[in-house]
Amino acid sequence: MVRFENVGLRYGLGPEILRDLSFGIPAHSFQFLTGPSGAGKTSLLRLLFLSLRPTRGLVNLFGHDVSLLGKDEIADLRKRIGIVLQDFRLLDHMTTYENVALPFRVMGRDESSYRREVIDLLKWVGLGERMDALPPVLSGGEKQRAAIARAVISRPHLLLADEPTGNVDPTLGRRLLRLFIELNKTGTAVIIATHDITLMDQYEARRLVLHQGRLHIYE
Amino acid sequence: MSRTDDEHGPLVDLGRERPQVPARARNLSPIVPRASIAGRALVAVVAIMTFLASITTGTVLLVSASAAEWQSEVASEITVQVRPAAGRDLDRDAAAVADAMRAQAGILEIRPFTKAESAKLLEPWLGSGLSFDDLPVPRVIVARVQPGTALDLAALRNRVTQAAPSASVDDHRAWIERMRSMSGATVFAGIGILALVIVATIISVSFATRGAMAANRPIVEVLHFVGAGDRYIANRFQRHFLRLGLEGGVIGGGIAMLAFGFSESIAGWFAGTPVGDQFAALLGTFSLRPSGYLALAAQAVLIAAITAWASRRTLFATLDDID
Repeated sequence: MVRFENVGLRYGLGPEILRDLSFGIPAHSFQFLTGPSGAGKTSLLRLLFLSLRPTRGLVNLFGHDVSLLGKDEIADLRKRIGIVLQDFRLLDHMTTYENVALPFRVMGRDESSYRREVIDLLKWVGLGERMDALPPVLSGGEKQRAAIARAVISRPHLLLADEPTGNVDPTLGRRLLRLFIELNKTGTAVIIATHDITLMDQYEARRLVLHQGRLHIYE
Repeated sequence: MSRTDDEHGPLVDLGRERPQVPARARNLSPIVPRASIAGRALVAVVAIMTFLASITTGTVLLVSASAAEWQSEVASEITVQVRPAAGRDLDRDAAAVADAMRAQAGILEIRPFTKAESAKLLEPWLGSGLSFDDLPVPRVIVARVQPGTALDLAALRNRVTQAAPSASVDDHRAWIERMRSMSGATVFAGIGILALVIVATIISVSFATRGAMAANRPIVEVLHFVGAGDRYIANRFQRHFLRLGLEGGVIGGGIAMLAFGFSESIAGWFAGTPVGDQFAALLGTFSLRPSGYLALAAQAVLIAAITAWASRRTLFATLDDID
């Protein structure tokens, strides 16, 4: 599904942040991406989300060499990827429900076709009572859950999550991990970037460890 | 392309907790909030630009219509002057020239001015009560030419000088040329002003679009995250700009049309005053023909379309920067 070959990344004329990354993400797989702060986890997620281009090497996503893709093709590929960022990126003028339903709306689907699914998911992540609330009145944890719900609602082929349990208590963290596992069981490949050893210990999965710009894989 | 199309099972099973789904649609908020687009200022800019463009076009249409009218009036006449010459009888010469002109093909009517009428023409410069017997006052003969015929001026000059060597023919060509160049200059200046107005509109709209895009950059980024293409995002923004452009066009064009519609009655208030007479002489009755109003309406639509085009161009350029 995803293949990196000798990928390197630098910002401007600075040093190489990611060096000689060669790995694959198989379909239906589950992995944690970990490493110290500043190791390049977010940059690697951005490469996987196609919002950054590598300075060298080959990135192949869903069978496409990304260096050959145009903007429209990248937009189409992104519809197959869900992403949860550390800063949530919710739209403040839309309700929680509307934020979570946004991927369906962009696909042009009729609202009645996904209403039940969105409400069920909001209930599952504990936002059933906050459906009509606007993001500015949500707590950090609630925003995080809304961002996760938006990333998983369209059941992407690949889910990228950057510290998805950083702002929630351990109980809710376990619940969110279960959501990712459920999603993985339905066929989504999941990559969770995290520092949280406790979270990683709760589920037996492949670990990708970034250290000094290089990637070490523990199956 | 998500997997929701091929798998229909619920992502989460809520069992008995399943909520009652309300029947009403819940997507009420627009993707781009209307309040975040600097709407009023842009409507005002487009309205002012459309008003200026419409006034310019209307004035150009009035001047060129009046100029065409004068030209056709002046071009349908020629004037022959018979000057007094030593040893010749001026009255006889004038009569001979009038006869010669009547014989010329293409001339419909001859009007020789008598000695008294010629004196009347000079009255504004020389005053009344003078005896013209001692003055060498020329006689004027005005002929009306059949419209649409090319008068053989060389033959006419020949005939006239044979009848009276001191006679000369004036076909008003110099006047016509001056009027033609004046109306041409007016149209040229009008087109120049229109071009400036359109360029200023494009620049204003581009800045307004850029500002709106900068203010909405987080929205654009989120839309990119959920897989929206540039075309989808641009369409969401462009609807607003087209609506704003049309609003401005209708307001500016409408006020200009009202101004031309009422100008006839306003001109009536100044009738008889030197200013009113001067304007009436220059622009006629001030009233635009129906085709003139159509031109103004088409221009308002054109400016709205330019607004939409300029915003779309800026949208795609800004989206390229954001990605």
